[in-house]
Amino acid sequence: MHNVFRLGLKELVSLRYDFVLVFLIFYSFTYAVYAPSRGARMELANASVAVVDEDESPLSRRIHDALLEPFFFPPASLRVQDVDAAMDAARYTFVIDIPPRFEADIMRERRPSVQVNVDATAMSQAGSGATYISSVIARELAAFAQRSGPAATTPVNLVVRAKFNPNLESSWFMAVMQLNNNITLLAIFLTGAALIREREHGTIEHLLVMPLRPIEIMLAKIWANGLVIVVAALLCLRLVIEGVLDVPIAGSVALFAAGVVIYLFAVTSLGIFLATLVRSMPQFALLAFPVFIIMNLLSGSTTPFESMPPAVRAVMQLSPSTHFVSLSQAILYRGADLSIVWPQFAVTAGLGAVFFAGALLRFRRTVTVAQG
Amino acid sequence: MTATPVAQLRGITHRYQRVVAVEDMDLDIPAGAMVGFIGPDGVGKSSVLALIAGARRIQQGRIVVLGADISQVRQRESVCPRVAYMPQGLGRNLYPTLSVFENVDFFGRLFGHAAAERARRMAGLLAATGLAPFADRAAMKLSGGMKQKLGLCCALVHDPDLLILDEPTTGVDPLSRRQFWELLRRIRADRPQMSVLVATAYMEEAADFDWLVAMDDGRVLATGSPEALKSRTGTGNLEAAFVALLPENRRRGHRGLRISPRAGQDHEVAIEARGLTRRFGDFTAVSNVSFRIERGEIFGFLGSNGCGKTTTMKMLTGLLPATDGEALLFGHAVDTRDMGTRRRVGYMSQSFSLYTELTVRQNLDLHARLFHLPPSRIAGRVAEMVERFGLPEFVDQRAESLPLGIRQRLSLAVAVIHGPEMLILDEPTSGVDPVARDAFWQLLIDLARNDGVTIFISTHFMNEAERCDRISLMHAGRVLAQGTPAELVRARDAGSLEEAFIGYLEGVTEGVDAQASRPAPGIDDARAAAAPATRRPAFSPGRLWAYARREAVEIRRDPVRLAFALLGPIILMLTFGYGISFDVENLTYAVLDRDRSPQSRAYLENFSGSRYFSERPPLSDHAELERRLRSGKLKLAIEIPPRFGRDLKRGRPTEVGVWIDGASPLRAETSRGYVEGVHLRYLDGLRRLSPRGHSPPVADIEVRYRYNQAFKSVYAMVPGVTMLLLIFIPAMMTAVGVAREKEMGSITNLYATPVTGTEFLLGKQLPYAGIAFLNYVTLVLLAVLVFEVPVKGSLAALSIGAALYVFASTGFGLLVSSFVQTQVAGIFAAGILTMLPVVQFSGFFNPVSSLSGGARVMGYLFPSTYFQKISLGAFTKALGIHDLMHNFLALALFAVVYLLLGRMLLRTQES
Repeated sequence: MHNVFRLGLKELVSLRYDFVLVFLIFYSFTYAVYAPSRGARMELANASVAVVDEDESPLSRRIHDALLEPFFFPPASLRVQDVDAAMDAARYTFVIDIPPRFEADIMRERRPSVQVNVDATAMSQAGSGATYISSVIARELAAFAQRSGPAATTPVNLVVRAKFNPNLESSWFMAVMQLNNNITLLAIFLTGAALIREREHGTIEHLLVMPLRPIEIMLAKIWANGLVIVVAALLCLRLVIEGVLDVPIAGSVALFAAGVVIYLFAVTSLGIFLATLVRSMPQFALLAFPVFIIMNLLSGSTTPFESMPPAVRAVMQLSPSTHFVSLSQAILYRGADLSIVWPQFAVTAGLGAVFFAGALLRFRRTVTVAQG
Repeated sequence: MTATPVAQLRGITHRYQRVVAVEDMDLDIPAGAMVGFIGPDGVGKSSVLALIAGARRIQQGRIVVLGADISQVRQRESVCPRVAYMPQGLGRNLYPTLSVFENVDFFGRLFGHAAAERARRMAGLLAATGLAPFADRAAMKLSGGMKQKLGLCCALVHDPDLLILDEPTTGVDPLSRRQFWELLRRIRADRPQMSVLVATAYMEEAADFDWLVAMDDGRVLATGSPEALKSRTGTGNLEAAFVALLPENRRRGHRGLRISPRAGQDHEVAIEARGLTRRFGDFTAVSNVSFRIERGEIFGFLGSNGCGKTTTMKMLTGLLPATDGEALLFGHAVDTRDMGTRRRVGYMSQSFSLYTELTVRQNLDLHARLFHLPPSRIAGRVAEMVERFGLPEFVDQRAESLPLGIRQRLSLAVAVIHGPEMLILDEPTSGVDPVARDAFWQLLIDLARNDGVTIFISTHFMNEAERCDRISLMHAGRVLAQGTPAELVRARDAGSLEEAFIGYLEGVTEGVDAQASRPAPGIDDARAAAAPATRRPAFSPGRLWAYARREAVEIRRDPVRLAFALLGPIILMLTFGYGISFDVENLTYAVLDRDRSPQSRAYLENFSGSRYFSERPPLSDHAELERRLRSGKLKLAIEIPPRFGRDLKRGRPTEVGVWIDGASPLRAETSRGYVEGVHLRYLDGLRRLSPRGHSPPVADIEVRYRYNQAFKSVYAMVPGVTMLLLIFIPAMMTAVGVAREKEMGSITNLYATPVTGTEFLLGKQLPYAGIAFLNYVTLVLLAVLVFEVPVKGSLAALSIGAALYVFASTGFGLLVSSFVQTQVAGIFAAGILTMLPVVQFSGFFNPVSSLSGGARVMGYLFPSTYFQKISLGAFTKALGIHDLMHNFLALALFAVVYLLLGRMLLRTQES
């Protein structure tokens, strides 16, 4: 234990001297969490919309004015001949085309059509935006019709409420998920690359002839790098996410911290394991990065986990990131307690133990491999 | 000797942080001579040589080399092709995976020789150095002596007028050393106008030089021929002369070495090897080696580099398992789990293996603690080691800034800090100056004689071998001879141990030796062709191509990396193409039906019938609803109020409640849309059944999904993932590029050869851009054949875009690599810096037109945004070259800007 502590302190000292690395860690827990939360929205927000108003009637202007912030950027006006070019260049995600004599045709009950063009390549907005715009137009049309006819009543009303995030603010989601992703990135790369570096510089060999067991060397790397990340992550949660971004935290931060610790054990072990599979830093980069991208993009932190094909979901059960995303969503958004998230804790710890054992098995062999 | 000096130094001062390495030095170095720099470690020899070579930036003062003032960039560049520099460390500026031929060829190309001339020169040099039979062997598989000969070939390939060698024979065995100097002498005989500057730790070598610079403490003590120095000091040999030249306070501590004979023979065996054998594949590194070393004995291991000494030592420490035979320490078989034995052993490996980022004190302290010295004794022990190994002035310096000799001393100090009973030392004194070496040996002898410490040591120094109780001569994995030094000399009937040693070696290496000593026909050819390449174009495609070729060969030699680079994107594309989907399906829901009427069941059937929803057991109350939503098992819950059916029949308005899990806003938003859709369909159905009827809508709303009528994720995902992968993978590949050369030392070639920063960066970029473009081709094939996402627009536009894009992305990686110091930071920076703008701000998930603030700026300041438009445009929007023109321009601009920025950040001289 004493050795583990000492070697870990050494890791911390080494880290302190690499200013670029320290700066990058700082960046990844500040701006890299802040910017996407403020700037990129997963929900319908700031959708760019243009209106081609060929009618120029009070009704068409009402529709124009009904597209409100924060769901839409103020709608632009477009000429009909510019629609294709504008959509090709992705300047607008939605273009509403109100035909000539639209209002007049309604008055004469000719049932005209209003066209909503959707850039279907904008996956996160196309679907919900089209639905939302349709309902806005429908509402305006209904209100317009009411003035000229009897009020229509609806027999059954639908009231939809969102729990845990009443206004469906994506910054709540993005901030925590971005934090998760950066924890993963740091944990894999810091420990794995640190091990390769020791091997390339021959220092690992030096450690192996001292009264040190591989398990001690590995644990030292895990605790030292883990500590840096845990502290940075919790500071980020308190100062950036709660403080600057104003995201309410529903559950216990202590429980989340425990989750982070267990997760870091798993991912740093994975990082070491990956490092034992390769011979050099360029190889490590090309192995670890794809692993990281998969762990990141398929964990449910970016797109909904349920919509992935069953095979992908089954494989991703082997990734600690899936369970970590699930437990941090449960704790931080839904205020879940240990009685709810213990399975995720257990699986993450179990996967960590497997990676750790794998790394340990290969650890000594890998020194030999590096020379052969 | 000619009158004009080859190099003139005026007022040269060089500092590393606070430490002064060279202080106010004035020196005129005569031309056409063999000039030696002698002096202890860390007195500034290497710094002076690197400054003269132009590899280090001059901080203060002026240096004129071959008539050019090298503090001026222009003049330095013009003189650079006439200078060759071989840095310290075995083969440090060579490329380990490249063959002998490829290494020399690379340097030849850097100096812009035409193919025929290059071939002629190389044939000459390889023949002269005896390397011709090994032309296809990888540099890393050469012995130390051969590496140095190869380094010499690389330095001489362009016929320099000034050759600078920094400790070329340190760590090289006597036979190779002798051959090395012989070779240099022959070359000088052919090219008498060439000046050679050498730093050396071997005084006996320096004795044969024409002119010497004795240095101490950053200053020149004396200059002149060896004879002049000897007669000035009235001493018989150069070593004594040097000591006499030292100021009084530096001489303290140096006294003749006293070797007390080994008393009271203790026959307890400390180390025993029985038939040790180690094979790597079909190569036998160590073959059937046996020896017994008694407690308190000093046992020397001699042999040329690569003869298996290090491998044997590693087997003794348990670092390498033996293929055959066994090793015993203190009578026990070597067992890696035996911590007790390890605590009794001190080991020092050949290459420096301490933490370079820690200071001398931190390294010592760390090891004292790892060996569990009592905390109260640690400070004292560290101080004692610092004192004993002459480290006081370096104690707070980080190990990376220490000169080679000082590092070796630190390694030794670390190896003995815990007072081990046995020391296994692999060439501990390589690169250590004579004074420090004697002091070190005094310590070893004291340890062995007084404390009974067993010492197993390998060395190249014959005077050290003579001090051993017994020695073993190794060659090509076998022990040639074993016994006391006197016995070996007698057995060979030789005058000295060195002669005996060389005799033994020549006995078994006749073939190689004959090649080396054959008159070198090639040298004359090379000289005949020597038209000094003084012209140095500002930009040379040849040098760029040399780097590109070399990088490509290195990649080809690393099939694992190549496989990762080519297969990685395919695997990722398959995973993401199938895996990432915005199509929200399988939403788990449960029902809290407080009515349980036929009407409520009819309403709910609309949900259970939809493919978007997947029903779970019903809810009994609000508490359960709360709990199951919280656990994440339900994504939504539907509540039907009491009297739903009755109210509906009576036409009294009623209200259905739906709770959605808002934790993931994207999913929540989409599911709200689905719920509303189902609800509207239900109302529609009611309306049709209702006798009263309802007024039809006044107008239709026609939604047209453009570019992707079926509105399936895959059509947006495949172009998007192409964009993603063509920046991640190429940037990762290049991000380690420059940093790796910095860590490995081959960056020196950028500092000391005529290659410019631009050629260096572009040359490194080309092969990776090529691989990345290959990735692009496979990704498009996957898209079309596997995912059936056709390229609706112009394939040419897509390909032009991809070509520009991969230059931008590899350029970004190189830019990162230029400013980081370590590969770790390079990988990490490439990861963290690309992740955010590429995934979030490029229009992959969110349209760029919806971004705001810093996110939008970041999106526009990253090439991925523009390629995303090209990729989507060409794949799904049926656009052509003309429509995408400004995106091409943007990408080209990024490629150029990254290159220029990288060029600015890349140092072409060491600071």
